[in-house]
Amino acid sequence: MNATMGTLSDAATGVAGRADAMDGLRIRNFSGTVGEVTVANPRMRTRGVDVYYGDKHAIKNVTLDIGSNEVIAMIGPSGCGKSTFLRCLNRMNDTVEGCRVTGHITLDDKDVYDRQMDPVVLRAQVGMVFQKPNPFPKPIYDNIAYGPRIHGIAASRAELDEIVESSLRRAGLWDEVKDRLDQPGTGLSGGQQQRLCIARAIAVSPEVILMDEPCSALDPIATAKIEELIDELRQNYTICIVTHSMQQAARVSQRTAYFHLGDLIEVGETTQIFTNPRHKLTEDYITGRFG
Amino acid sequence: MSDDNPSSAGAPRRRTIDAVRASLPRRYAKERRFRLTGRLAVLTGLAFVGSLFLSIILNGYTGFEQTYLKVQVTFDQEALDPEGRRDPAALAGADYAALVKRAMQAAFPDVSGRSELRELFGMVSSGAEYQLQDMVKADPSLVGTTRDLWLIASDDVDMVMKGHIDRRVPEDQRRVSDRVLGWLDVLEKKGAVDTRFNWRFFTNGDSREPELAGIGGAVMGSFYTLLVCLVISFPIGVAAAVYLEEFAPKNRLTDLIEVNINNLAAVPSIVFGLLGLAVLINFFGMPRSAPVVGGLVLALMVLPTIIIAGRAALKSVPPSIREAALGVGASKMQTVFHHVLPLAMPGMMTGMIIGMAHALGETAPLLMIGMVAFVVDVPKGFFDPSTLLPVQIYLWADSPERAFVEKTAAAIIVLLAFLIAMNALAVYLRKRFERRW
Amino acid sequence: MSTPLLIAALLVLTAVAYVLGRRRSVAVSAGAGGIRNLHSLPSYYGSYAALWCLIPALLVLALWVAFRSTIVTELVVRDLPQEMQQLGPDRLGLVLNDVRNLTSGNVVSREVTPELRAAADHLKSLERTSAAAMAVVVLSLGVIGGGLAWRQISPRLRARNRVEAIVNVLLIVASLIAIFTTVGIVLSVLFESILFFRTVPMTSFLFGLDWSPQIALRADQAGSSGAFGAVPLFTGTLLISGIAMLVAVPIGLMAAIYLSEYASREFRAVAKPVLEVLAGIPTVVYGFFAALTVAPLVRDAGVALGLEVASESALAAGLVMGIMIIPFVSSLSDDVINAVPQSMRDASYALGATQSETVRQVVLPAALPGIVGSILLAVSRAIGETMIVVMAAGLSAKLTANPLDSVTTVTVQIVTLLVGDQEFDSPKTLAAFALGLVLFVVTLGLNVIALHVVRKYREQYE
Repeated sequence: MNATMGTLSDAATGVAGRADAMDGLRIRNFSGTVGEVTVANPRMRTRGVDVYYGDKHAIKNVTLDIGSNEVIAMIGPSGCGKSTFLRCLNRMNDTVEGCRVTGHITLDDKDVYDRQMDPVVLRAQVGMVFQKPNPFPKPIYDNIAYGPRIHGIAASRAELDEIVESSLRRAGLWDEVKDRLDQPGTGLSGGQQQRLCIARAIAVSPEVILMDEPCSALDPIATAKIEELIDELRQNYTICIVTHSMQQAARVSQRTAYFHLGDLIEVGETTQIFTNPRHKLTEDYITGRFG
Repeated sequence: MSDDNPSSAGAPRRRTIDAVRASLPRRYAKERRFRLTGRLAVLTGLAFVGSLFLSIILNGYTGFEQTYLKVQVTFDQEALDPEGRRDPAALAGADYAALVKRAMQAAFPDVSGRSELRELFGMVSSGAEYQLQDMVKADPSLVGTTRDLWLIASDDVDMVMKGHIDRRVPEDQRRVSDRVLGWLDVLEKKGAVDTRFNWRFFTNGDSREPELAGIGGAVMGSFYTLLVCLVISFPIGVAAAVYLEEFAPKNRLTDLIEVNINNLAAVPSIVFGLLGLAVLINFFGMPRSAPVVGGLVLALMVLPTIIIAGRAALKSVPPSIREAALGVGASKMQTVFHHVLPLAMPGMMTGMIIGMAHALGETAPLLMIGMVAFVVDVPKGFFDPSTLLPVQIYLWADSPERAFVEKTAAAIIVLLAFLIAMNALAVYLRKRFERRW
Repeated sequence: MSTPLLIAALLVLTAVAYVLGRRRSVAVSAGAGGIRNLHSLPSYYGSYAALWCLIPALLVLALWVAFRSTIVTELVVRDLPQEMQQLGPDRLGLVLNDVRNLTSGNVVSREVTPELRAAADHLKSLERTSAAAMAVVVLSLGVIGGGLAWRQISPRLRARNRVEAIVNVLLIVASLIAIFTTVGIVLSVLFESILFFRTVPMTSFLFGLDWSPQIALRADQAGSSGAFGAVPLFTGTLLISGIAMLVAVPIGLMAAIYLSEYASREFRAVAKPVLEVLAGIPTVVYGFFAALTVAPLVRDAGVALGLEVASESALAAGLVMGIMIIPFVSSLSDDVINAVPQSMRDASYALGATQSETVRQVVLPAALPGIVGSILLAVSRAIGETMIVVMAAGLSAKLTANPLDSVTTVTVQIVTLLVGDQEFDSPKTLAAFALGLVLFVVTLGLNVIALHVVRKYREQYE
């Protein structure tokens, strides 16, 4: 543990000078981000993460902890890198050609980008829900059972049934679909599809769930249901949500991180960010001057 | 699994990760197997390409060469021009075959007996007499002289020299007798056997004698046929593409035409041959074996390809160009013909070249309209009986003589060279004029 | 005047009409206040005159060329002696052939009787008259058409609109040619097939088990009636196509998957075009490859294993046909697989699936309808393929499912029945058209279904 921390700090000190250049900031830390980037009980930690798409520098030196059983929201204008950052956490960027990630990201103190780390195992622990609901063109049951099946989690059909039911229940979808589990998941409404995708993600019992603007394709009622669900899921999971809706961030999250052009500008308690932002850019964004 | 108790959530989570870890070796083994199968499939495909080309080239490269025998020929005044008037007609009608025979006999004076002599004379091609005839025609002063000449060897001798007839095979199972091999060895020791580039292969028409057969007639036939095909299919294809893409209203008729074109593109080519036979030849009474009929049939066959490519090319022209032209008061027709069509032209040309390459390689429909005739003369027009390169290949492939195998493969090499050139041109056009809007 | 020369003359006339029309428009505009007062640009007036000169004349020319030989032949037959006219259609055809040969100075197969000579002279004079008449009619039509249009030219003439209307009609006609082609195919194949089904009942053609189309010339020879049971051809076609699909589908599909999901960019850039080369190779080349290389290989392998293999085995033909179809399957599957949205793959990867699990359990099931459509198209291709089987498959119609045996196919029989000289209304020749009808209907059905399935599949992900 200590050894790991040592290397992480070393990796981050190289940019200490940049923080000094920022005037009028009460709290400074080694990555130039305003606010408390570390937490007491971190589940995932990132230190000095840079992401490049070919020549494009998409994420610049981001350091941030994600605490256990918290909902952390990433906000910022379009193209600020918040989704890219999210996709680094379970190495979904591996599938993007020309994408390069440097720096350190750990899950339970194990380096995610280590050669020893298997992306299959990582993604079983760090699930993801996408912007557009993307159920498989298969029956609802098979959608949920897909993850447990490929990982060999359920020992028997009965156990699999149980996993499917409990996942759907936790996603608040069970009562709506229990009579038509054999019908294709693509036949559900948008909101139901997204909850199906959440149920599919929690069926493999991940530790962290990443959500990439999960409500952007949904109407307000469906959005409200998902938000309710996120709040409930916080009991068991760590949730990292990217949203372009500040209201949503305010409603569901405990901490909020503000990204701007690939920089992590400010992190803090959600109430503090929205009521008393410390950085000028955060304030401008919150008050709607751009974005 | 209990639902709302965070403390108990740890237990199943551990189980999950353990299960994942436990299943990993099996899953990665499957992954490797799957990837290996895929790689094998690609490699198999590539191996097929390789063996196809290798088989053709190995069989065919010798087809571009021809064995010649050096023989001392006496242009006997008595035999050729007894009256000494050097009359071209008399010179042309003289018995050159006898000259060849006498020359061969002179080379091997101790050969006698009818069957032996026939074998000896058989070493030289029947084309050798025409060789001599042409020489005398070009230079009548040759008469009365004696020259060392390289005469075309017969196909059997050619095959022996190229190693296609195995000397180790017992005599009764081989086409060439031990005697002939002996004579050949004698000639070879004298340096009187040589293998040279076979330019006749490119100029001659078909022949029953493999050493005289060439693709000249077939190439010209293909040229005339493709010209007809091009002249008919390209304007019609472009016009149809323009109408369907730019002017056609969305209605049942347009839908029908679209479905029709897509289906025609997948109709077996032989069916177009049946159409040509029933309509063009039997109903309209057009001549069989003529490039004009072949070109018409092929034009109907490649039309869907050209239309589909043309529409794709028109589709890739951005609407802003049309709006710009319409905005300055051009009519719809002017917009299309002055602005959209020129921009889409490279794409259409590409489609046309690919269609022509397709037509060049097509055989089956041409069999139906009688283009399988044995045509010795090189065709000189659109109505002359002719054969085409792929049909020539088919005819030779069917011939029993061993020497036609290499001719067939050589003709295939020429055909593939044409196709590769056409496709390369299409790729070049696409690259050269490719626009990113 | 020969036809190409006539066309050249007509084109010259058209050019003249253009120049004159253009000039006249400029001239008439001079009285009305200059070119500005013309309704259209002068070039449109030129085009208007040119189109009127060219199109009617060209139409008549085409009709004339198309029907000339039928009409001339009819006239010659009418002038033949009575007893010759009474001959059966096939014998009459031979006589006419000789008449034609005589006209062009070729060798004639029978004794040249005075009647024959007279008919030949008649034919010659008719052809000469026809050519002269055609030239006169076509050229004067061009002059009249162009002249009438030229007279119409005035500043008020809406030349552009008229030219555009004509062009529009031409465009429509061009796009209707696809329909005419289909109708032509259907009619020609159907017409001859109906003639065939008059002599051979349709049921015995479709369900008969014996195929030996050789009709003896003399009635006392064995098998004089010929047997037209096409079932052995259908099974032979299915056997060879089946072998081809067994080769092409696994290799093509796996190659497409490997190239689109696994291969590095460099490998794909090389391997994909090389595989597609297979699609551009003429089928006659495959036929040669099958007969020269693959068939002996298969036979030797069979002998080494102690099996009896026919020299023209279905296996060899099917194998090579499979090779031909590989790029077809792989490029169609490649399109289909790429149409599966990336979000499906992302969802699977995000759950911790490996690449092969994603491909097999998410991508392939999602792409299945499209893949099935592509395979149907490939099957239709295999059924209609001609040259490979003509060169590498047999001629004997055997009812067998043994891939090592020699079988024949529908296309092989069509070619065999129709190549060479043939009398047009013998059942043997007509049988080829009946086979063609079956071939057309089956492939058309497969294509319609396949294209429909593929289109529905694409719409699903658009």
